[in-house]
Amino acid sequence: MEYTIIIGLEVHVQLLTESKMFSSCGTEFGLPPNTQTDPVSLGLPGTLPVMNRKAFELALKTAVALGAEIAPFTKWDRKNYYYPDLPKNYQISQYDLPFSRGGSLAIPVQKDGSGGGSCRLTRVHLEEDTGKMLHGAGGFSEVDLNRAGIPLLEIVSEPDLRSAQDAKACLEELRLTLRYLGVSDCEMQEGSLRCDANINLHIPADGKTVATPIVEIKNLNSFRAVERALEYEAKRQYTKWKADGLTIKDAPKETRGWSDPEGITKPQRQKETAADYRYFPEPDLVPVVVDQAWIDRVRASVGELPAQRRERFETEYGLSAYDANVLVEQGQDVADYFDAVAKATGEFKLASNWIQQDVLRTVKEKKLKLAEFPVGPDTLADLINRVKRKELNTNQGREVLAKLIETGEPLDAIIKSGGYGMVADTSVIAQAVEAALAANPKAIEDLKGGKKKPDAVKGFLRGQVMKQTGGKADPALVGELLDAKLAELLA
Amino acid sequence: MALSIDEVAKVALLARLRLTPEELQTFTGQLNSIVEFVEQLQQLDTTNVEPLAHGIDIHNVFRDDVLGPSLPREKALANAPKRNSEGFLVPAVLD
Repeated sequence: MEYTIIIGLEVHVQLLTESKMFSSCGTEFGLPPNTQTDPVSLGLPGTLPVMNRKAFELALKTAVALGAEIAPFTKWDRKNYYYPDLPKNYQISQYDLPFSRGGSLAIPVQKDGSGGGSCRLTRVHLEEDTGKMLHGAGGFSEVDLNRAGIPLLEIVSEPDLRSAQDAKACLEELRLTLRYLGVSDCEMQEGSLRCDANINLHIPADGKTVATPIVEIKNLNSFRAVERALEYEAKRQYTKWKADGLTIKDAPKETRGWSDPEGITKPQRQKETAADYRYFPEPDLVPVVVDQAWIDRVRASVGELPAQRRERFETEYGLSAYDANVLVEQGQDVADYFDAVAKATGEFKLASNWIQQDVLRTVKEKKLKLAEFPVGPDTLADLINRVKRKELNTNQGREVLAKLIETGEPLDAIIKSGGYGMVADTSVIAQAVEAALAANPKAIEDLKGGKKKPDAVKGFLRGQVMKQTGGKADPALVGELLDAKLAELLA
Repeated sequence: MALSIDEVAKVALLARLRLTPEELQTFTGQLNSIVEFVEQLQQLDTTNVEPLAHGIDIHNVFRDDVLGPSLPREKALANAPKRNSEGFLVPAVLD
């Protein structure tokens, strides 16, 4: 590697509350502009903010789950800036005494083998969201204040990420964790999860390491965009450094915007003197004191997190790390579905295979949510148990599942009308073996003459036996009887 | 700690105030007298005084997360200096 990539993320998530951070109007997404405001979110004179208890508790829950240290005393500050997205001319935020510091997030191992590390967090703090600007024609911008005042959690990571893939994986794991916690729906398209990324390079040169100027990338509207933008920006910084040799000491931090259609980052105009926010304590809000009893109560509400669930799927069900991750990374509903089937069948590997190969494939192909999948975990468990009890063989089971998905009829009805059932009667199968061998003398000759590989011939004959029994024979018994018969013939 | 004209000019810019050179002179003088007045507080010995985060000694004042009504849009936009049928209009801000 010619250089090391240094990445840190700054993530904002909207908390799932009914009402805003400091007033009682709603938080719904997608309403007509300026239909979700009240005197507080409009910043009208004489209004006073009052903290939303639920928002604070969701924030605490997140910080506790991320292993952050909870401050026993926290307060609010005003971040002052003039921009029409906040009519008060300040954002209520947290500056020197945020409610939590530290914490970390483990990055799961990815399909390509990357990931596996962890990313430390600098801090998590609460603030209010701003309004939205629609930059229209006619020399004016339109301001929509529906979003102003929605509770927002800011999560800032340490610069611990070393690749664009890791950054994407870390962000995905954060989303999964926040969804498990039920604190945010984390929809990037709807803006309930937003991410900026800071990136620079450490380049070995003349026995020393030089750092390129830090760039903050904005306008990252999808997980894929995070990955693409960081990949692009690392290459751009390296090329630029080779050309001009500028380091972090020569140039201030630059803000660049990602253009998805062009696949490049572009310099963004700086908000003038943007850094000078002149924070000061918010006199309209009193501080919050968090005692150990409160933290304990919140901790008890956290429940099983994705990382713990992967571990449990490996230890309790003996799944591989890969399988455990596939079932967990799809979201809580998939992992719950698997948990239910695994518990009802005791066949963990089998349940994992059926869900990954049949359930998830169908859900993906038909673009369904798992909740819309016509076969519930109880029915799938019933089917797997019948296969386990040898009432059906695996192929029949798959066919029955396909019919369950297609018709939505009850399991018993499909098995009955399809005439499914496994033949495990030794004499019937022995007869079928005889018939298959009699009908295929050439196969026996091939085997005797060594013309074809024994496995290929056996596979072919096994298929013929299955055909003789209408696909109903117990495959294990067929193999056993066929092997014995062939051994006899070849002796 | 006297404020310089440059510092006052910067604060004016941050507050979106357009001041003439004469006004800048006047306000720098006026602001400095205010700062000097407040600076008297520096004479107090605060060695054993805990830092204060808020003027009132109460904490944890919350409201329950209960949805209340929104203002009708017409009312919300009523005082806008410039508006259209759905929003506030401000001089174009380029991103």
